[in-house]
Amino acid sequence: MLNIPLWNRVLILGLVVLGLAYAMPNLFYGQVERRNDAVTLIEEAGGDPAELAEDLGAWPGFLPASLVNLGLDLRGGAHLLAEVQVEEVYAARMDSLWPEVRNALRDVRDQIGTVRRQDAEPGELRVRVSNGDGIQVAVAAVRDLAQPVMSMTGVGASTLDVRADGDVIVVQLSEAERAATDDRTMLQSVEIVRRRVDEVGTREPNIQRQGDRRILIQVPGIDSAEELKRLIGTTARLTFHPVTGRATSADAERSAREIIVPDREDEGLFYRLEATPVLTGEMLTDAQPAFDQNGRPTVTFRLSTTGGRIFCNYTEENIGSPFAVVLDNEVITAPTIQERICQASGQITGNFSVVESTELAVLLRAGALPAGLTFLEERTIGPELGADSIAAGKIAAIIAGLAVLVFMALSYGLFGVFANIALIINVGLIFGLLSAIGATLTLPGIAGIVLTIGMAVDANVLIFERIREELKTAKGPARAIELGYEKARSAIYDANITTFITAVILFVMGSGPVRGFAITLGLGIITSVFTALYVTRLFLVIWFERRRPKKIEV
Amino acid sequence: MRLKLVPGTTNWDFFRLSSVTLGASAIAVIASVVLFFVVGLNFGIDFRGGTTIRTEASTPVDVGDYRAALRALDLGDVSITEVFDPTFGERYVTLVNIQAQEGQESVTPDTIAAIEAALLQVDPTLTFPSVESVGPTVSGELVQTAILAVALAIGAVLIYIWLRFEWQFSLGAVAALVHDVVLTIGIFSLLQIRFDLAIIAALLTIVGYSLNDTVVVFDRVRENLRKYKKRPLKEVMNLSINETLSRTVMTSVTTLLALIALFVLGGDVIRGFVFAMIWGVIVGTYSSVFVASAVLLRLGVTRDWTKSDGGGAGTNFANIDA
Repeated sequence: MLNIPLWNRVLILGLVVLGLAYAMPNLFYGQVERRNDAVTLIEEAGGDPAELAEDLGAWPGFLPASLVNLGLDLRGGAHLLAEVQVEEVYAARMDSLWPEVRNALRDVRDQIGTVRRQDAEPGELRVRVSNGDGIQVAVAAVRDLAQPVMSMTGVGASTLDVRADGDVIVVQLSEAERAATDDRTMLQSVEIVRRRVDEVGTREPNIQRQGDRRILIQVPGIDSAEELKRLIGTTARLTFHPVTGRATSADAERSAREIIVPDREDEGLFYRLEATPVLTGEMLTDAQPAFDQNGRPTVTFRLSTTGGRIFCNYTEENIGSPFAVVLDNEVITAPTIQERICQASGQITGNFSVVESTELAVLLRAGALPAGLTFLEERTIGPELGADSIAAGKIAAIIAGLAVLVFMALSYGLFGVFANIALIINVGLIFGLLSAIGATLTLPGIAGIVLTIGMAVDANVLIFERIREELKTAKGPARAIELGYEKARSAIYDANITTFITAVILFVMGSGPVRGFAITLGLGIITSVFTALYVTRLFLVIWFERRRPKKIEV
Repeated sequence: MRLKLVPGTTNWDFFRLSSVTLGASAIAVIASVVLFFVVGLNFGIDFRGGTTIRTEASTPVDVGDYRAALRALDLGDVSITEVFDPTFGERYVTLVNIQAQEGQESVTPDTIAAIEAALLQVDPTLTFPSVESVGPTVSGELVQTAILAVALAIGAVLIYIWLRFEWQFSLGAVAALVHDVVLTIGIFSLLQIRFDLAIIAALLTIVGYSLNDTVVVFDRVRENLRKYKKRPLKEVMNLSINETLSRTVMTSVTTLLALIALFVLGGDVIRGFVFAMIWGVIVGTYSSVFVASAVLLRLGVTRDWTKSDGGGAGTNFANIDA
């Protein structure tokens, strides 16, 4: 008969209490958030507990303190989808390969004659040999430069594809090496973007790789996406080059070992620089914004031990000649070396504004991106719009809930009230689960909760309608209730499993807000089936045991 | 006293006019397809690429001024719509849509800055609560994913119902699903409501909801088919629909109550999304009786139960939850 073993009752009630306990912090969102921020500050940034005592006291520590994350559309913030130009890395690899190729070919000069680098597509190295008969020898010599690919999938493959095209050797990265390079480029890019965003210091940024070559960047709570985008989008490759001369246009004549780089300030001024840098940004260990003795904004930097030694030797040997500080293919400054510089720190003086010097310091600290980024998608939502959406969603949810509660009570009387209590518990459980798994609530997610409020009663309705039917035929109310539950079960499972399937597909295929909707919908299905089959039933059984009614009306 | 939307016992014949209702549904589906191809959907930037800027002013807005200010920038197709919502009060909101700019894969901050500057010339107090840009590559992918998602959902459901019931049930349910999805696309074409990513979520929810309804009816049909082995299929189906009618109406009403509250009070950002769901609940409730069941009736059911108990033929996994 209507028997629920004691351990079963305890388990059901325990789950409900646990779920509600996890949901509760969300009622005190502001307080809990303050406390959580204080805890993070103490743990990660070494904040002073005494100073933060007030914030810590905002919420008792023994209570659950996980909150539902608010999505960007509710909290405001920026959402960027960037694509990494991985091909740039192939091109850079080919450029750095050229000196090696030249040396290798020099060794077999007697068979191939002289060599000359040809213009080629980026990512390809074309070298013409003067004695075409020796081309196979040359190809073999270049092939010797290749190494086995270092990756899980490319085992056994070689890094370079070398072939002969007439009297020209064509070198490219092999398929396997490209895949391995892409992977490294992406890992590095994500890491550097993360460091740069962390420097801005906003709460809980979400930075993740998406697909083969994209990075998703979500930063809640910032006002200006422009600043963020400038910060993320800059490559920030810093190099120091010896200056060989000046030029007036980018196409000015140059030797194979020189590059022409424009001045950052002075339009029409170009520098001829040695292509191989003396120092690169990787040899920096720190960079800070500062002011020089004239009060102009500058960036001071600190060099690694190796970097410091190289710089010391170089300046000693080149006193009197100019060298250029180049950032992303623009000369920031080109001072003349006055004396040997052997302390491990220096100062870059350009015509910076305070903001620029601060940003440059951030970029130098975080390191250079291995390749450029383009932005494919950009969404900025103001915090006010998000707050409006929350407020509207809250009111709508409350009114929707009330309407359903009244309607259920009118339709099913006492049974309706049981279903209503279950419905309230249901919404609580959804929030509890959302908090516990750290899911993100979005505006469509709120819609999902409201929809669940409407649909959650479905399982109860199925049962109640069934009990009504069984009351017409069955012997006595207890049997009718039991049969009602038994027979409604298969319909409840089928109906909810099918909806759950669509929620899963939405979650897998969807992104951002849509995913938030899928999560609340899916969790809502689980909790509503749980509350209907167990919680409402427990209420019914407890009530029935106490009253033992001869006749029930559903 | 109980509130009863449907009398306690009904004995209505739902299939008396089934050729009429099926015909009407077929015409509506065809009309929707025609509308989709002739008028087309009012795609949002998610699917078309471009930029949407939300503006907020404290004084009434003259859309003509905005348009004039932006004409000088030569941005191609620009559409400006005013948004009204009871909760706005003294705030005047518009949505400025700019097409994806020729030859720009990525979104340029310069264009956005230029637009904002031009609009600020019209009204210096203007604020921009949200700016969204989607490049053509991403929007193309989003279209593909969206179509794939809906197709996958329908396919998955087809298989699930097939396993749980029989293939005729499965076809009936899927006919109803396609009916609901197509009619929703039809009404969005007709009313030119903005069709964006969230609407795809709504479409899938409609799939889920409509199915929920259909499955409850089918479940009862299966049960009654076992109970009344000799009665004609039409009678059994009518009985099943009548028995579940009260539940069907109750659930639709509670869901609609909740959705209408959200439609009126939930703000303009998700209104299109909620509208799609309201429409879907209505159409989905209708289709579970007048499309899914009607199709099932026409297809017939193989009633060769050889075993006397439940779990017989055609109900391969009917007992997995027992």
